[in-house]
Amino acid sequence: MERTALPGRLSWQLGEVVATQQETVRTKSITLALPTWRGHQAGQHMDVRLTAQDGYQAERSYSIASPPEEEHRLTLTVERLDDGEVSPYLTEELRVGDQLELRGPIGGYFVWEAQMGGPLLLVAGGSGIVPLMAMLRHRAAVGSTVPTRLLYSSRSDADIIYRDELDRLDGTDQMLEVVYTLTRAQPPGWTGYHRRIDTDMLREVAWPSDQYPQMYICGPTPFVETAAASLVTLGHEPGRVKTERFGPTGEA
Amino acid sequence: MENTLDGNAAAGTLQAIFPFEMTLVQATCTGCGTTNPIGATAAYMHGMGMVVRCPVCDTALIRVAHVKGRYFLDMRGVRVLQISAEA
Repeated sequence: MERTALPGRLSWQLGEVVATQQETVRTKSITLALPTWRGHQAGQHMDVRLTAQDGYQAERSYSIASPPEEEHRLTLTVERLDDGEVSPYLTEELRVGDQLELRGPIGGYFVWEAQMGGPLLLVAGGSGIVPLMAMLRHRAAVGSTVPTRLLYSSRSDADIIYRDELDRLDGTDQMLEVVYTLTRAQPPGWTGYHRRIDTDMLREVAWPSDQYPQMYICGPTPFVETAAASLVTLGHEPGRVKTERFGPTGEA
Repeated sequence: MENTLDGNAAAGTLQAIFPFEMTLVQATCTGCGTTNPIGATAAYMHGMGMVVRCPVCDTALIRVAHVKGRYFLDMRGVRVLQISAEA
């Protein structure tokens, strides 16, 4: 009988940085080539480990931004936290050709694949867009027509990660709708939302509960809790609302 | 410093110990009796290790410490752990 292979215990491996790209002032994408890579699913993350000369080690998790269709390499997008132990190194010091210790891909819960269908609702706060971007890139790469809405909260226009790509996808894909909200500063003439995500906003943007959407929320913990509670208030089953939180990195 | 994350962040450590896709593993809480996937739990990362808590009642389901090459797992908050043997 054929059996699907278990993922197996994770172990660390060394990846080589093959490209970097500044996304916003605070975020950078790092593309890595790995010696053994069995592929990933959109929404998964990697653990990164840095070791200091005295042996001190720090580990952090970063979401994969690239879609599974981009084989043999993966891209992480990292937000710099000024008091962070790992992200300042990744965003400021790391160069093409450097090696980085990683393990993954990790997670089978917060993943979306085109055959899971929709409609799809993605709710992002700040750098919480990263795993959702992998889902959107996967969706585009396989030509999926699953009706999809992205609600993306950022502090300001300049903080929107992947802005050009999102606008291009939004403009060319009839089944995709990208909605921004800018919580702190808006450019002149901004007609979009300009407040934090709340129940009223989700009532306007989210698919109604009787369409049984697939829902994914990623962002800072308070953001995720607010958005998840609002969706439940709007009648969605808690079990359909998948969340991924990250630590207190400031508001989205 | 306590850092509130979620079960997804705990998954890397758990999957370094268990050969299964750990975010999909279902844990039944001894505190409130509800069953939730590890991916939906709340995880708190400390310098010493991490605590995975029930998303419903906050009971500590799993504590993991990694000290001198040895993992210590305190799982008294878990009544039943359901693991799919298929990927």
